Amino acid sequence: MSGPRELLLQGNEAVVEAALAVGCNFYAGYPITPSTEVAEGMAAKLPALGGTFIQMEDEIASLGACLGASLAGAKVLTATSGPGFSLKQELIGYACIAEIPVVIVNVMRAGPSTGLPTSPAQGDVMQARWGTHGDHPIIVLTAASVREAFDLTVKAFNLAEKYRNPVILLLDEVVGHMREKVRLPAAEAVERIERIRPSMPPEWFAPYEETNTGVPPMAAFGDGYRHHVTGLTHDRMGFPTQKKTEILEGTDRLFKKITRGFREICLTEGHGLEDADAAIIAYGSVARSAREAMEVLRSQGKKVGLLKLQTLWPFPRAALEKFVGRVKSVLVCEMNRGQIYREVLRVARGRCEVRKLNRVDGELITPGEIAKAMRELV
Amino acid sequence: MAAPVPNREIIHQYLRHAKKFPHIWCPGCGNGVVLGCLLRAIHQMGWTKDEVMMASGIGCSSRAPVYVDFNTLHTAHGRALTFATGVKLAKPKLNTVVVMGDGDALGIGGNHFIHACRRNIDITAVVVNNFIYGMTGGQQSPTTPQGARATTALWGALEQPFDIAQLAAAAGATFVARTTTYHVRELEGLLVKAFAHQGFSVVEVIAACPTCYGRRNKLGDAVGMMRWQKDVAVSVEKAQGMTAEELGGKIVTGVIASREAPEYVTEYAKLCARARELEQAAARQPAPPKPSPERTDMAANEPR
Repeated sequence: MSGPRELLLQGNEAVVEAALAVGCNFYAGYPITPSTEVAEGMAAKLPALGGTFIQMEDEIASLGACLGASLAGAKVLTATSGPGFSLKQELIGYACIAEIPVVIVNVMRAGPSTGLPTSPAQGDVMQARWGTHGDHPIIVLTAASVREAFDLTVKAFNLAEKYRNPVILLLDEVVGHMREKVRLPAAEAVERIERIRPSMPPEWFAPYEETNTGVPPMAAFGDGYRHHVTGLTHDRMGFPTQKKTEILEGTDRLFKKITRGFREICLTEGHGLEDADAAIIAYGSVARSAREAMEVLRSQGKKVGLLKLQTLWPFPRAALEKFVGRVKSVLVCEMNRGQIYREVLRVARGRCEVRKLNRVDGELITPGEIAKAMRELV
Repeated sequence: MAAPVPNREIIHQYLRHAKKFPHIWCPGCGNGVVLGCLLRAIHQMGWTKDEVMMASGIGCSSRAPVYVDFNTLHTAHGRALTFATGVKLAKPKLNTVVVMGDGDALGIGGNHFIHACRRNIDITAVVVNNFIYGMTGGQQSPTTPQGARATTALWGALEQPFDIAQLAAAAGATFVARTTTYHVRELEGLLVKAFAHQGFSVVEVIAACPTCYGRRNKLGDAVGMMRWQKDVAVSVEKAQGMTAEELGGKIVTGVIASREAPEYVTEYAKLCARARELEQAAARQPAPPKPSPERTDMAANEPR
């Protein structure tokens, strides 16, 4: 395909570029601000590539079509925002229990309900984790820049395919709509992980068997491995079960496969944490303000570090463990009322002071606000 | 018509050997009749088992796929058509059959149903209409006749019911048929016609739920309900000569609608070919001169 390209792109457009670069060939969606550019980009580009774009009748149908296509062997994407993300929760659970790879981009706007459709927020962090009913594993990534939206979209696809799990990419409205100059890698430089296909003869195939990674090989409908897929709790053959042992075997494996991948899944970026007296924890566009605040404070001789979260769920506990016992205090900055703040409290267990800085009025948190709050801590 | 294939042969060929029977359906339930007809119709089509994808939603009739040796997909309540749409688009060679109940297809999945009709994608939707939500014990559904009793309509349903076949035809389905589980041969024949049709086809099957509907509405036992189906069925041809008054309480059976129209997957493939041609034509045009030399400093991209 193409070599490295330098482009002026929105975060939403970077998602499209990344999805195509990593081999996404199916998109089903429904228009919703501020994510619509993802659907428009896929609608414009997929047909010439021989991929499928379809605008479905609603948000639920969009995810349903994605899951059907994924079961038939496609690499699938859908994008939405707050109200649409609420509607998608039902089938996110289906994707978890039936272990169907899918990437769901949620460009977060301020809520609840219709809220502020054109303003940024980070209010869906807990919904991304627990929005669908029942205990379930989930992978949630979040990007702070247009280039990172590209990289983490690629990552989201690779994790979804590798772990046979839905992966949610949270952008906020600022990252989704902001234009930045980005240098995109050459097509061949983009890492591509494909789901493992069964290699055994069809009569040996058990679609939900235990493997050493916890991830069973996935057959596509129509490839000769006739099997049953259901949202009911099922045995290793995919058939509904109510036997205690089979229930546990199945649900334990769902969690185990993700737990085994923690090191690869939990992505963070540390800046100046080695000698820090106090640390900022931030993600999404807020991490940009936090970086600026950190540089300003450093230039004034204050030893401040920054942990930027790229993975929100599973919560990247190991990255925090490295410094929460050493710093005096941590400031968690978010455009919500403190959803990751509580996770940090849980991990810190009193080893350092944990404070929060929040905005929920549809405005970005500024570097000045963060620097001011940090001056009280160092 | 060829001589009927013995049921034993159908059972051995299409039921899942690894699946533990018995099935979940009550004695006298119409779902077994529907499944038998589906299998015989698929057999008549000559499709291999690998070429069939059978999807369903949630409810009694939606348990059908688990028993049969195809690519099978038991989805969420009302969503079967959305999954099936994705499967069909990703793998057009799969003959896609969706089995749903009346509550599944017309209640919680009503939006998906009418849009699938209008999209005219090559899927066959079989809607088993037993007039209530059977699996949850007999609550009123979008097809419960006015005045009929259900556990959530103890004094009779107030709303007017959907006429599934008429709704499907009005929404744009290009093949619509209806019959009952009493009319087994007709059902089998209509399914074959629906499968052979290029586009979205709907077959509504009036089925008995003696346990949750018949008993509460004094329609008799399983045999009594079969007799009721026989008595109220009027063929499309015969119905044409009848007044609205005469048709009251009757169920019109046969092919309700059938027409040719562009099918979605075929049209989408044409669209892709057109998009490719346009892109290739654009690529043949000389490239515009570059405004400035390409910058290579990666640092400019580092997020702050």
